[in-house]
Amino acid sequence: MTNHWVDIKNTDLVLIMGGNAAEAHPCGFKWVTEAKAHRKARLIVVDPRFTRSAAVADYYAPIRAGSDIAFLGGLINYLLSNDKIHHQYVRDYTDMSYLVKDEFTFTDGIFSGYDPDKRKYDKATWGYQMGEDGYVKTDPSLQDPRCVYQLLKAHYARYTPELVERICGTPQDAFLKVAGMIAETAAPDRTMTVMYALGWTQHSQGSQMIRTGAMVQLLLGNIGVAGGGMNALRGHSNIQGLTDLGLLSNLLPGYMTLPGEAEKDFQAYLTKRSPKPLRPGQLSYWQNYPKFFVSTMKAWYGDAATPENNWCYDWLPKLDKTHDILQVFEDMNNGKMNGYFCQGFNPLASAPCKIKLSGALAKLKYLVVIDPLATETSEFWQNHGEFNDVDPTQIQTEVFRLPSSCFAEEDGSLVNSTRWLQWHWKGAEPPGEALNDQEIIAGIFLKLKAMYKKDGGAFPDPVLNLTWKHKQPTHPAPEELAKEFSGRALKDVTDPKDPAKVLVKAGEQLNGFAELRDDGSTACGCWIFAGAWSEKGNLMARRDNADPYGIGQNLNWSYAWPANRRVLYNRASCDADGAPFDPSRKLVGWDAAAGKWTGSDIPDFKADSAPADGMGPFIMNPEGVARFFARDMMAEGPFPEHYEPMESPLANNPMHPDNPLARANPAARVFKGDWESFGSPAEFPYVATTYRLTEHFHTWSKHVRLNAIVQPEQFVEIGEELAAAKGITAGDHVRVRSKRGFIVAVAVVTKRLKTLTIDGRSVHTVGIPIHWGFKGVARNGYITNTLTPFVGDANTQTPEFKAFLVDIEKLPTRLQAKA
Amino acid sequence: MQVTRRTFLKVCATGVGTSSLTLLGFAPDTALAEMRSFKLARATETRNTCPYCSVGCGILMYGLGAGAKNVQGRIFHIEGDPDHPVNRGTLCPKGAGLLDFIHSDTRLTQPEYRAPGSREWQPIAWDDAFTRIAALMKADRDANFEAVNQDGSTVNRWNSTGFLAASASSNETGYLTHKVVRSLGMLAFDNQARV
Repeated sequence: MTNHWVDIKNTDLVLIMGGNAAEAHPCGFKWVTEAKAHRKARLIVVDPRFTRSAAVADYYAPIRAGSDIAFLGGLINYLLSNDKIHHQYVRDYTDMSYLVKDEFTFTDGIFSGYDPDKRKYDKATWGYQMGEDGYVKTDPSLQDPRCVYQLLKAHYARYTPELVERICGTPQDAFLKVAGMIAETAAPDRTMTVMYALGWTQHSQGSQMIRTGAMVQLLLGNIGVAGGGMNALRGHSNIQGLTDLGLLSNLLPGYMTLPGEAEKDFQAYLTKRSPKPLRPGQLSYWQNYPKFFVSTMKAWYGDAATPENNWCYDWLPKLDKTHDILQVFEDMNNGKMNGYFCQGFNPLASAPCKIKLSGALAKLKYLVVIDPLATETSEFWQNHGEFNDVDPTQIQTEVFRLPSSCFAEEDGSLVNSTRWLQWHWKGAEPPGEALNDQEIIAGIFLKLKAMYKKDGGAFPDPVLNLTWKHKQPTHPAPEELAKEFSGRALKDVTDPKDPAKVLVKAGEQLNGFAELRDDGSTACGCWIFAGAWSEKGNLMARRDNADPYGIGQNLNWSYAWPANRRVLYNRASCDADGAPFDPSRKLVGWDAAAGKWTGSDIPDFKADSAPADGMGPFIMNPEGVARFFARDMMAEGPFPEHYEPMESPLANNPMHPDNPLARANPAARVFKGDWESFGSPAEFPYVATTYRLTEHFHTWSKHVRLNAIVQPEQFVEIGEELAAAKGITAGDHVRVRSKRGFIVAVAVVTKRLKTLTIDGRSVHTVGIPIHWGFKGVARNGYITNTLTPFVGDANTQTPEFKAFLVDIEKLPTRLQAKA
Repeated sequence: MQVTRRTFLKVCATGVGTSSLTLLGFAPDTALAEMRSFKLARATETRNTCPYCSVGCGILMYGLGAGAKNVQGRIFHIEGDPDHPVNRGTLCPKGAGLLDFIHSDTRLTQPEYRAPGSREWQPIAWDDAFTRIAALMKADRDANFEAVNQDGSTVNRWNSTGFLAASASSNETGYLTHKVVRSLGMLAFDNQARV
């Protein structure tokens, strides 16, 4: 989230789209209720289902699953053509005046540089026109046909209310009602917050859905202001933290990236990630990348990381490709993987296309599952009847199941959706012989290290030199690890302006990332967490809930990254002169007398840069401003375009009916053999979408008695029209089939799912909760991801769980389920 | 000292993470018709964070038996933390069931091993499990580690074993896991943020 949960109370309008906060994030949703009750804020919900968020909305608009870019593109067109934009904001804080290369084109759904055989773009033309001074050329009058404003306007002019209705099934009057309400927040003293979740991420074009939402917010001037922002409601308690710490194939801590295998030269690696400003006077904060990188390597490898060996640059594995979970299961299925660890992750239930996953796991030599609960993945080899019909004698995988502690049995910190690092304390011992995760990792690693020390082997250096300074090596303490990622000085750190002045003495914890150095004098495992544990102590454990400014900032509760800042981009809440657009919700402002930015938040800016200096508020971007034109940073194009889901009820993309290349996302990766696993609308006529229930959490809470009591049995939701057409009544058992398998569940017939008219024909939606499996105390059920397609977003490879095709039929009796 | 339940909780909420009420010398005054003391009065209150979604609600866990040697602590009650600025004491239907998570019938309590082709789990000692897993890893890594690629570039990667990390584990676990995984040269590395 750019903003935070309590800040939602400061808004005038809430748009919930691609999420269902009332059911999936109930205690956060209370702040929507607060805004409605005390600020007369209104709530709009756009969703394929009439959810419980919709039930308390001021206005609900239906939409077909997977068509959100058409809807949001329609909003962009509405705002531009009705001149409902925040002019100062758009002019001063975005790239609208930047000139784009003449060679950049967009023809019938495809941008310049496309290679249909590789399903990839050569992005050479997706860039700016550069001047001789080394900066981007601009046209402040916005009249140049190659400026971002003119290109954007032309691109979205096609997204008319008629087109929105045709693609999304949202009636024009409903769309226009929503657009009108949203447009009101273009006023400087009005704002809107966007709350989204996996309903936007889990699509083959999910990243672009989110971008389109952000573009709407930028047009309205709603980014960086109290009560505004793009607010990703993340799904797990520490999914933010693990992302921040870089536990993804291609990442290093703090959003640094691993080198590709072509990046032999260390300096070139650093230079590429430390972009020079693209406009005069801009900060381009990533220029500090070398400080973050060297400090991480010093944290990991200590004295072994030296200037002579480029701080162990060559000890890092170099990427041949991104080994995301889909790629890994593809490789596993092709016999290229021997071992796999699942630490608190249940991929058999959480990744798409169960039959492929199950076959892949059976090809492993060894599988290690570390979990507090008995997961389906740990028993993929065991026969569980209709729910997991396998022959154990044919599966040669060695499996280890290691019991770990749960939340209540450990100390440590979690990062919530709003970037707060909150410390928690252990209340009991884990059951039986269970150990905490740190002890388990240490147990395996120390054995391995001893074997490499004794016997040698492939490249032992990183294993033998990995920092392991724990009072009890087999029990790395959370406090020790937290201090390590927060960072400390290895030598005295001095003030660059006055080398005689020591800022931090050798051995002391750092106060923040501004103290990091690229000469090896600081060690910091995760630069964005720097300062979370300083010489003042463990700031993550702070519990002062005071709100001195009355807008819910709570600066002394826990520690928010970066630098305890609560609202990102908050400099953009002020005009070019540094005065808040809306003084009643002031976050920061320029204090001319003091010569610095002050306010109710930590300024997201160079604290002493006067407005007259002209520095833009988006300091992480080399432009200094926000981008409508994404340059070469997205896989499928600089401007979001509507493409159909990989499995769509339509034969073509109504935007480009005559171009099959532009039917679904042209840059989405599809593995060989998976094209055949996608279903056609002739065979599978209904749109399916998966989701959570408020009583359950993924496949954990079916292990929890109270939740198993309130939602005991697997069900699917269908609308009344589809039920009538298929002769299904509430309570019947139904079989839901996709090209990849079937599930059996109880039918819930509901008014919450309406039949939509898409491109002239009726389209029904089947809603499928995700929570069942064959382990736990709830009634056993089928794994929902039996049905889902093995394809992901072109940028993130997040699977397309939210829009695919199924058929549904009534079963005369439960016994016929396997027929 | 007159202590209502609310001030009682506030007393607990001061200072350190965990505090035993009886140690601090506070207890509600004895009621005249009291049959037995409240369990809560003997409880240790511990602050924690709900492990489900990303709202990060504060919770208070009440347990008995902590501290003494050979006495196994047991959490018997969980409720929302009223001091927490986001949830302000409330919990959703998931958070309200957390006690049953801790005491779930399907909690794992001992390391187990399943041999190739077997239909059954069998118990294994921790040390044996660690040794066997490390040996499997080393054999695979030594056989398949790629020091240079076909172009002669140093790549130092191990692509035949992968690791999925847990996005409900702590930052401290995540940090340690990342360090270990990369030191081994693994690239097949993800957490639930991917799905």
